[in-house]
Amino acid sequence: MVEWFFGYLAGAVILLSILVVLSRNPVHSVLWMLLMFLHVAGLYLLLNAEFLAATQVIVYAGAILVLFLFVVMLLNLKEELRIKRFTGGWPFRLLIAAGILIILKKVLDGFKVGFKGPWSIEAIEQATHTKALGKVLFTEYILPFEIASLILLVAIIGAVFLAKKRLRT
Amino acid sequence: MSVFEFLMQPGSFDVILNIGAIVLKIAIVVAVAMFHVAYATYFERKVIGHMQVRMGPMEVGPHGLLQPVADMIKLFFKEDVIPTNADKPVFYLAPVISLTAALSSLAVIPFFDGFVIANINIGLLFILAASSVGTYGIILAGWASSSKYSFLGSLRSAAQVISYEVAMGLSLVGVIMMAGSLNLTDIVRAQADYPTGMFAVPQILGFFVFIVAAGAETNRSPFDLPEAENELVAGYFVEYSGMRFALFYAAEYIGMMIMGSLAVTCFLGGWTIPHFITGVLPFLDYVPGIVWFLLKLYFTIFFYYWIRATLPRYRYDQLMAIGWKLLIPLALLNILITGIIKIAI
Repeated sequence: MVEWFFGYLAGAVILLSILVVLSRNPVHSVLWMLLMFLHVAGLYLLLNAEFLAATQVIVYAGAILVLFLFVVMLLNLKEELRIKRFTGGWPFRLLIAAGILIILKKVLDGFKVGFKGPWSIEAIEQATHTKALGKVLFTEYILPFEIASLILLVAIIGAVFLAKKRLRT
Repeated sequence: MSVFEFLMQPGSFDVILNIGAIVLKIAIVVAVAMFHVAYATYFERKVIGHMQVRMGPMEVGPHGLLQPVADMIKLFFKEDVIPTNADKPVFYLAPVISLTAALSSLAVIPFFDGFVIANINIGLLFILAASSVGTYGIILAGWASSSKYSFLGSLRSAAQVISYEVAMGLSLVGVIMMAGSLNLTDIVRAQADYPTGMFAVPQILGFFVFIVAAGAETNRSPFDLPEAENELVAGYFVEYSGMRFALFYAAEYIGMMIMGSLAVTCFLGGWTIPHFITGVLPFLDYVPGIVWFLLKLYFTIFFYYWIRATLPRYRYDQLMAIGWKLLIPLALLNILITGIIKIAI
């Protein structure tokens, strides 16, 4: 049963990603992307990571993608025109893509299951995912967490500084 | 495995019974919600009418009580007009996204003890996520109509919802910290155990921020800039007619009820009443929880009508200033105070 769900979600994510790239209307691209984000949230749910699933929808679908839509709409982009390509050489590109695919295959073959921490699926289910994530994030990984928040703060201050009108002194 | 084999398995009967119970629950909740939507429009007109020394609807039925039915029949038989330049699939989809997002939030709200369609651990986050998906209905409606009025309305709405969602999320953090859970049922239980019986007293700052942000989030007056009728005709749904218009309308009212229910469950004690009241009047314990829930919900909805009848609309820059310079700092301050008190006690 779970395999079927995973198969559907994974297949949908791949298909929707292709549709994002192939859509000629940029707004439609953003919409396919929205659907893809929702499916990714479904994948998180399948992994018992309900907090991540909700955050995925709130942050990516609710904030980032709305800003995408904003930009796409305000730029008033028209449908992409179909024009003849100026450059040839697609066999070469295909070769590169095939090469990457082979490397990926090698990497996946060399994949080893990492060491198991104290948070098994049962432990997470018992403590609820939100609590487990919070505990680990604010005790074990407090330094990376603080660094990430500092980087975000710097980005926010930078954005405010750039957007602010120059005041006469 | 075929359907027949599945049915023959031991225990499959329980699964079917379970699914049947859930479907029945959903049907009841949706039907009751839709009934409330119909009569929320009636009472909105009635309440605002009386506040402005008018009678409100009076013609259809006694005191105009059948007005929602008449409205529904009218909307149902209206011609469905679609603009020539509209992006048709997106135009069709937009009201559906709005309504589905609003309705799906109903799934996690505990109406009384033990009655909730999906008792999930992240109930609060689920509602925030659903409301952020609902924004797409508004933005896409404005874009797909290919009309300047609706486009401006949808852009305003997008900016407004992004700004106020931050404040709303932060205002709920205080409640989460006090209850120690994101599950709405647990939050109500935590309030019942709390001395004041509701979090609105210790979380008064958060409650204020939440009420204001919820009004902005559902495009209610005085924050109804996305549909400011004297500038934008009707804003994002100006090109919609008939049933499609009705879907938007229903989505807006359900959104209002969700926000009201969230205020009731997170700040006003949900289906419970404070212990100090039942201590004085013990017979109140026998009143079923749904009555308290609905009374509190009606009060919050009445409050929104009241605000609409009283206050003029804000200017757009004022709206942004309130969101970013007042509500978000207040919500952050609330989190800080709650944290300090949590550590101290």
